[in-house]
Amino acid sequence: MNPELVIVGVLTSGIRLATPYLYAAIGETFGQRSGVLNLGVDGQMLLGAFAAFYVAFTTGNLWLGLLAAIIVGALMGLAMAFVTVNLQAVQGISGIGFYLFGLGMSELLFKMMLGTVETVKGFPIVSIPFLGDIPFVGKIFFQQNIMVYGAFLLVPLAWFILNKTTLGLKIRAVGENPEAADSLGVSVARIRYFTIILGGILSGLAGASMSIALLNVFQQNMTSGLGFIAVALVYFGAWRAWGVLAGALLFSFVNSIQLWMQVLNVPIPSEIAVMLPYILTIIVLVLTVSRVRPPSALTKPFDRGD
Amino acid sequence: MKKLLFVLVLTFALVLTACGGAPVEEAPVEEAPAEEAPAQEAPAEEMPSEEAPVEEMAEAFKVAVIMPSSTTDLAFSQSMFDALLAIQEEMGGEAAMEIAYSEGMFKVDDAAAAIRDYAAEGFNLVIAHGSQYGSSLQEIAPDFPETSFAWGTTLNTFSEEGINNVFAYEANSQEGGYVNGVIAASLSEAGVIGVVGPIEAGDASLYVKGFVAGAEAVNADVTVNINWIGSFSDVALAAEAANTHVAAGADVLTGTAQMVVGAVGVAEASGVLWFGTQSSQTSLAADVVVANQVYDWTVALDEMIALIKEGTYGGTAYTITLDNGGIVMDYNGAYDLPADVKAAADAAVEGIKDGSIVIPVE
Amino acid sequence: MRSKLDSFVDALLPVFATLAALGVGALMLLILRVNPGEAYGALWEGAFGSTNAIAETLVKSVPLLLVGLGICIAFRASVINIGAEGQMIIGGLMATQIGLVFTDLPGWMVIIMAIFAGFLGGAIWGGIPGALKAYFNVNEILSTVMMNAIAVQIMNYMLRGPMIDPAQLEKASKIPQTARLADAFRLPRLAPTRLHLGFVIAIALAILVYILLWRTTLGYRIRAVGQNPHASRYGGIRVRRRIVTALLLSGALAGIAGAIQVYGVNYRMITDGSSTGFTGGAGFNGIVAALFGQLHPIGTIPASIFFGALLVGANKMQRAVQIPSALIGALNGLVVIFVVSSEMWRNKRQKDRLSIESDVVNMGESPSDDPTSTPEEVLA
Repeated sequence: MNPELVIVGVLTSGIRLATPYLYAAIGETFGQRSGVLNLGVDGQMLLGAFAAFYVAFTTGNLWLGLLAAIIVGALMGLAMAFVTVNLQAVQGISGIGFYLFGLGMSELLFKMMLGTVETVKGFPIVSIPFLGDIPFVGKIFFQQNIMVYGAFLLVPLAWFILNKTTLGLKIRAVGENPEAADSLGVSVARIRYFTIILGGILSGLAGASMSIALLNVFQQNMTSGLGFIAVALVYFGAWRAWGVLAGALLFSFVNSIQLWMQVLNVPIPSEIAVMLPYILTIIVLVLTVSRVRPPSALTKPFDRGD
Repeated sequence: MKKLLFVLVLTFALVLTACGGAPVEEAPVEEAPAEEAPAQEAPAEEMPSEEAPVEEMAEAFKVAVIMPSSTTDLAFSQSMFDALLAIQEEMGGEAAMEIAYSEGMFKVDDAAAAIRDYAAEGFNLVIAHGSQYGSSLQEIAPDFPETSFAWGTTLNTFSEEGINNVFAYEANSQEGGYVNGVIAASLSEAGVIGVVGPIEAGDASLYVKGFVAGAEAVNADVTVNINWIGSFSDVALAAEAANTHVAAGADVLTGTAQMVVGAVGVAEASGVLWFGTQSSQTSLAADVVVANQVYDWTVALDEMIALIKEGTYGGTAYTITLDNGGIVMDYNGAYDLPADVKAAADAAVEGIKDGSIVIPVE
Repeated sequence: MRSKLDSFVDALLPVFATLAALGVGALMLLILRVNPGEAYGALWEGAFGSTNAIAETLVKSVPLLLVGLGICIAFRASVINIGAEGQMIIGGLMATQIGLVFTDLPGWMVIIMAIFAGFLGGAIWGGIPGALKAYFNVNEILSTVMMNAIAVQIMNYMLRGPMIDPAQLEKASKIPQTARLADAFRLPRLAPTRLHLGFVIAIALAILVYILLWRTTLGYRIRAVGQNPHASRYGGIRVRRRIVTALLLSGALAGIAGAIQVYGVNYRMITDGSSTGFTGGAGFNGIVAALFGQLHPIGTIPASIFFGALLVGANKMQRAVQIPSALIGALNGLVVIFVVSSEMWRNKRQKDRLSIESDVVNMGESPSDDPTSTPEEVLA
């Protein structure tokens, strides 16, 4: 087969596959940078995916669907923030609780409100003027749907917010040393509320990017654990937006390569091919031995004392 | 700390007894074998929306089904549920036949508990709709000789193990796969076809083998690319596998199991043709679905129910095929299938029925 | 020291939290036009209503307890093991292989070997993330999530390939499953129910883990590493090695859970393509059970039974009132969230009472949750 075709194919697939991971993992990055581990991403994604799909399906308006995903994601984030900030619950476990809740609730709503698998006309492919016409590169990067562009624009934006703004400074301070931040007048609770709700919104958008842009269907458990991979990618990226991007791209490109390997009849069992992205992600991390340590206050509730 | 734990244990036991149950600690020594609980003890459960008179309920034929996926998965689980609904209607509605279901039973031991429970509640027929449930059934069936069980897809009724209240059923999914393959290869201009499957085993593998054989029978040079994505639930990967096929030049796609809904969406968006199996997927993408192999389990179920009413509770294995009407080719009326292709498909169906076409599945 | 009443209230908190979650669930049931009383009656009936129901509850609690014990060890060393799903799978595969190969050996011997194989399989699958964390700074959440996915694919490959039931090879529809284990290899039943010896094994292991954590030097070191790695290092504890040990043991217990699931319940390995098909989600639910049990091995026993009862009863409830099973999943999530949230009151009350003691702990000098085992005593 024409090698150029394969390379373009691998890269376009990889960009698409990376999209939901980027939304979810960037959201998780904000949370973890402020000291909150959210393992409930997958549940938030599922609810976001359903909300977006249902609203888009019934109203025919994709933007309303997107708005629904944002609202649902924000509500899930709000609940998570209340539980972890005010009630100081163990973060890892409450995240699993939110995961189970989102998984069950999205399926329940799906059964009650839709009943069966339906399709919508999702966000169309938008070719960026001029850039989209560039041979090779244009097809890969500039002929995608708007949710894909949004995911990739999110990366520099997150980098900028985290590293170049006062807000980012506060977030990092709260994640590293909440006592010190508190004594400087930064409200630890407010910052964490902000990052967790933002994380919820981005998880909701991650779900929407699947249900009304990339796949245009909703099915129960359609994320199939994707949210957990997204959390893992935050560790891969060492809590940096660009690192998360690198992780998401690595994982997704290897995944699209394994799909192509099967199409090209590379004689290995399909299971080995399917394993590749998981194995390679670990190997790459081992080879690039990172000494970045996690935010000091990660998973630690903050108690001002009364 | 120790004290706290002691209290926790104690409280737990207390709560249990207080609420009227037997304390957990006594469980292993208690002797009442609840398995043989009489059927009348647990009253028939009603479908929530329905209010049938009690007398009639007692006479209704009671069927319970345990399914790995949901009743509306447009695939394997739905094929069974649709069949049960059809039979129910045929028999005269909910008064004549009662259906209880447990869906999403992908956990094998939850399914086992459900099977045992339905049997204990006096259901006449308990269907374990998944080959992963066989071991549980083999163990449970002997405890309920008055209950009939059925499972699939398999042909093993455990009669060799001395069990005689288990039916088995299986679909020759390679047959509809072959017909789909014939049509697909006839319609493919590129000569490249993509297949998206879950794991290379069981019903899925059988379907794909039939599909490839059918496609190659029409066009010996056809390329059939197969992607096994290693999951029954990863919709996103199924969709991307379909994208990969399209990028590799495929203009016709097919796939099996419930996660292919993602791939159907891709087929529609890319304007390539789609062939479905297990249930009709036409509703998902009326523009691109050409044909579906649909399982009609009523063929097997009708016979099972007749036997049960005569007092035979198992021992027979059923295979649904094109010949016995259990496998039905369902064409999308909205798709304008050329007459010569339709003729080729019909010829394939006839050939399979009369045995002149033998599909290699090894 | 706190009063008995205080302890009592503390211990009841999870129960109240669960009731509150079920209250929210009742609202959801009402929306679905289901009588909550009837539904929860069925839940109780399914979990404790008969000998059989109680046995099912206990059977369900076995993998939760074993995974939970592993979680206790890992959490004590401050590592989060969310890889129990994969560890159960690898343990189950290796244990099954023993029963398929050594068909001529006596049952008790095969069972012992199988449990050891499960231990080994889980230890490998837990030890790898441990080593990756200790020596390559690879976060264990990342590696265990990835290793779960890898384990599922290994299982799918083994069961449709090298380990497939020879009888299935002759059939057209090749069900991806191993042959059934010989009858002699099954874990003995404890009553005329499905309750099997694995329950006793799990309880015994809970006591062993308790002894390990609070009565041995190794346990002391693991807890010390968890409480304050820096202080431990100065204290001469090889922190890296302890992290590996903790994850390895954690995985090994999950591996035993896999082995017992095969020899006590399923009698073969079969795959539906996912991990939950085999584990029943115990890899995640076990984490929750361990937390219900205050991350204490003995506390995890009633917690596992409690959670097992909830799972078994919820299935019964689904059947009895014919609601989508998804509601049960959502309800489980709510229970977890409510129980975890209720911890705050306990912690607040505890902190008020033990502020001095907790200061000592925070210094990292001695990881003494249990006042009866001071470090001096252990190290003597």
